[in-house]
Amino acid sequence: MTENVIEIENLSRRFGTKQALSDVSLSVPEGCVFGLVGENGAGKTTLLRHVLGFLKPQQGMVRVFGTDPVADPAGVLGRIGHLSENRDLPTWMSIHELFEFTRAFYPKWDPVYAEELRIMFELSPQQKVTTLSRGQLARAGLLLALAHRPPLLVLDEPSSGLDPVVRKDILDAIIRTVVDEGRTVLFSSHLLDEVQRVSDRIAILDQGRILLSSPLDEVLVSHYQLTVRFQEPQPFFPQLTGALLSTGSGREWIILCNGQKQTLEKELQDMNGEILEQNAPTLEEIFVARMKSVERNTAE
Amino acid sequence: MQIQLSEADGTPYYQQVANQVKFLVASGRLEPHEQLPSVRGLAQQLTITPNTVARAYRELESEGVVISKRGAGVFISNGVSPLSNKEKRRILNERMDALLTESRQLGVDEETLLKLLRQRSQKFDSYKEGEK
Repeated sequence: MTENVIEIENLSRRFGTKQALSDVSLSVPEGCVFGLVGENGAGKTTLLRHVLGFLKPQQGMVRVFGTDPVADPAGVLGRIGHLSENRDLPTWMSIHELFEFTRAFYPKWDPVYAEELRIMFELSPQQKVTTLSRGQLARAGLLLALAHRPPLLVLDEPSSGLDPVVRKDILDAIIRTVVDEGRTVLFSSHLLDEVQRVSDRIAILDQGRILLSSPLDEVLVSHYQLTVRFQEPQPFFPQLTGALLSTGSGREWIILCNGQKQTLEKELQDMNGEILEQNAPTLEEIFVARMKSVERNTAE
Repeated sequence: MQIQLSEADGTPYYQQVANQVKFLVASGRLEPHEQLPSVRGLAQQLTITPNTVARAYRELESEGVVISKRGAGVFISNGVSPLSNKEKRRILNERMDALLTESRQLGVDEETLLKLLRQRSQKFDSYKEGEK
């Protein structure tokens, strides 16, 4: 058994009247790329801030490398490479000064690797942080997160608002990190095609709750999309076991379903419905169907 | 080894990798005893996690397409597939169903489909010859 680098149990957090996280449990095994997805305000950043020890759990427990990140911030943060959502870097420094400044916090800082990354990311040592473009800022932040070769990389929305070239750099960095001696990555993202590409496991957060947490392959395989044709036109799509989302009208409908295939096929047969086609949906399609299905259930 | 992954397809990446390796073997672009890239190398090349590549290789090994030699790497096996006849038929039936659906939809009758299949198979073989 590989050890879990991150272990979260029944974590709840409230900001004023807003329940930001409720009863969140998840574990991130060593050597895994874990993708955290959810809509804006779902609680992704709050969850990551607990992992970093910036927030103290109001209820529940957080362990990183088996340690409480709030009790031992230096011990835990020294082993995490972290890229925050708003890339808050000190603006008055030059790139060179920024390296020296950050280096002081990390005994394991690797100057050769830092220089290699600087050249690859085309950052000039004299350039001031204020003058960096959005993409350069992201690259600088990523460099600082990687240069001390941390066993755990925590990235909050690393590629949002960036052009495809910088996004590719970030994905490559994620892969290089896990390829490199089985390090671990936890990242949040809106870009589900990226999550689908690089993740081993994913969790969907919705309004502070874990809606689904599982190996990515299992998520993809357990959902399927059917094109269905009825003998008679249907005014609404009928309630069927496992159907999350339906689109269409009249006799032909497309439904996205989760598990329970045999029951659903039987129900369709009873209604004179025929399956024309079956497809494998993308993670994005599954995510949308899941979210819509939750909305519908809450509205009812 | 050239592999193209598609995000527009919900097929898990490990399966896309395994399917494409099988295609490269069937079309002769990968030959028996040829070494495949290392798990880490292919992961970096495709920007997918090493676990995904390792899973694809495991899948290919269990189907007899590749052999992994401890410490040496992963190689294309000698061409004899150890799959049972039943398993072979199951895999092919799935593909044939898709092909039949498509051809009926397009109004292509069985006779024409068989003719097309034969032509295609000859082309496949001549391509294989050309590679050598």
